[in-house]
Amino acid sequence: MATNEMVDVLIIGSGASGAAVAWSLAETKMRIVCMEQGDWMKPSEYPSTGRDWEARRMADFDIFPNRRGRETDYPINDSESAMKIANFNGVGGGTVFYTAHWPRMNPSDFRVKSLDGIAEDWPIDYWTLEKFFEENDRMMGVSGLEGDPGVPPRHPPMPPLPLGKTGMMYAKAMNKLGWHWWPSDSTIATQDYEGRAKCINLGHCTPGCAQGAKASTDITYWPLAIRAGVELRTRCRVREIVTNEHGMASGVIYYDANGQENFQPAEVVIVACNGVGTPRLLLNSASSRHPNGLANSSGLVGKNLMLHPWPQVRGYIDERNDGAHAPMLSMWSKQFYETDPNRDFVRGYTMQFARGTGVVNEAIQSMSVGALPWGADHHKIYRELVYRRLQVGIACDDLPEECNRVTLDPVLKDSNGIPAAKIDYRLGENTKRMMEHGIARATEILEAAGAKNIYTSRTLLNSPGHTLGTCRMGNDPETSVVNAWGRSHDVKNLFIVDGSVWVTGGGMNPTSTIQAIALYIADQMKQRLATLFD
Amino acid sequence: MTAETLSPAETNDLRRIAGLMVPASEEYKVPGADDPKIFADIVKSIGRDMAEIRKAMAALAGISDMDDASAMAKAEAFRAAGGPQVAAVERCVLQCYYRDDRVVISLGLEARPPFPKGHVLEQGDWSLLDPVRKRAKMWRDA
Repeated sequence: MATNEMVDVLIIGSGASGAAVAWSLAETKMRIVCMEQGDWMKPSEYPSTGRDWEARRMADFDIFPNRRGRETDYPINDSESAMKIANFNGVGGGTVFYTAHWPRMNPSDFRVKSLDGIAEDWPIDYWTLEKFFEENDRMMGVSGLEGDPGVPPRHPPMPPLPLGKTGMMYAKAMNKLGWHWWPSDSTIATQDYEGRAKCINLGHCTPGCAQGAKASTDITYWPLAIRAGVELRTRCRVREIVTNEHGMASGVIYYDANGQENFQPAEVVIVACNGVGTPRLLLNSASSRHPNGLANSSGLVGKNLMLHPWPQVRGYIDERNDGAHAPMLSMWSKQFYETDPNRDFVRGYTMQFARGTGVVNEAIQSMSVGALPWGADHHKIYRELVYRRLQVGIACDDLPEECNRVTLDPVLKDSNGIPAAKIDYRLGENTKRMMEHGIARATEILEAAGAKNIYTSRTLLNSPGHTLGTCRMGNDPETSVVNAWGRSHDVKNLFIVDGSVWVTGGGMNPTSTIQAIALYIADQMKQRLATLFD
Repeated sequence: MTAETLSPAETNDLRRIAGLMVPASEEYKVPGADDPKIFADIVKSIGRDMAEIRKAMAALAGISDMDDASAMAKAEAFRAAGGPQVAAVERCVLQCYYRDDRVVISLGLEARPPFPKGHVLEQGDWSLLDPVRKRAKMWRDA
């Protein structure tokens, strides 16, 4: 096995958190290397450049890795999970694939136990993260509108995405009901921004933005980090983190593009592989010193997985709307976000409003639920559906339960022979009640907008499967994996910066908060450089 | 026939199913999914669905030789059974049918990829936000 030259900091994973940490630490002038198992993306090859743009979302750009099956993907056994796992392996990671919807966690999300008597409090709070949220918004380039009464103040540097026809339909319905709505914060540029061209409404943002208007870290953080001296190595798949006789991480064993095994020594190892990849790596790093997996003296590595149940309710209006001719999401509602003692559940959810969908997706989804027939009536019915869809997503708060977990599959392996992750995940009772409440409210919204033929998808379709909570942060080494600034309780030079460290899930898209936490951890490291391992 | 391609019999059966699922329409001036150009695209684009399509064609074997009524009855029974094979057949047919130029134009849309031209989106009426602006703070501080 070849051994590389020692580096100061090794970051594993180049997605949302890995990129932010790399950029932040670059100013220290340490030698920093990031290993990414995937490739650089080529926007000229993104699906929206071709006529098969919708089909490729069900093939090489599918959000689910098992279906996508690229060489750079690893398989995941999710047969025992109520939801599928979403991820992407390439420079930028999940930010290549996300919707760019950009809510933050609310202050109450960090104090769940204190406020609502359930789950745990975080060891940090919203206000500690606020300046990192703001910094990250500038780095990623956020569009939005100040003044939202549903969330704490923030300062998006660009104006919001247009309402469009579909947005006005929702807005009128929400006003009729007297419920909160607001144009969403989004990392889709509405103006030319820091070298990125503004959005031209390709309408197919999720599997990569050919225009470069959507902020993925391959075009935001990474160019700056590389210019500042960080080295990013693609096609490097890390098998395990190695420790030495002092109980410190000494480096990693990885496979390069040729399948060759190498050892990369490092003074500090930072894991940024998401809520499934990170526990998988730590569990695969078991050794005689750490028989239950690395950093796992608490036994919590892989446990408390949160995936964000996300029902979708859709209906059809008589009038044609924007369909797939604009970014999918541009509005949210926090009407039911905070706990209300009059409900039969605690916590709450964000509602998000979709503009419509493409012609292929409309046909496939409608046929799958029996709304679109085979045979002679097909064309007539289809024309009553296409570009007439309203759809409300319900982003439910997910709370930690130890039975929801990532373990190593005893049989399944990736192309390098590394044991794959197995997911066990079920919906909690509080979550189920929350979902039904949200489905009923979404139905009211659609009816207020004049929609008919309403369909509900609870977990199977369009469930994003955000991966959170599997290496939670906390002050007590017996009940958490990392401390309040991301350092492993067990291994003093091992840090985790991705969504694994989340204590509770909140009810919203997680990327903004994931990156704010990553920047916060990097800042803590910089402040403590002289005593980092004490 | 290989693991990656359909046999002639499977191809004929898939074509029959495609035509039953989405028939040609004089009224809407669109071809059926069994149109030569569309069907060639379907066969070429099966990709990740090949295993399920082959299972589906095993269940539908001989449908290409049946009269219309019998074929439709067999197709309806297949569809009613549901499962991943039905999903695969529908996906493979529809993803190609609804990208054919003639079909897309019949829907009042442009037959082109989204990039580089994009689309125009109206701003909308932002005064709709006025009542929301007047609301009190809704989030809990902590």
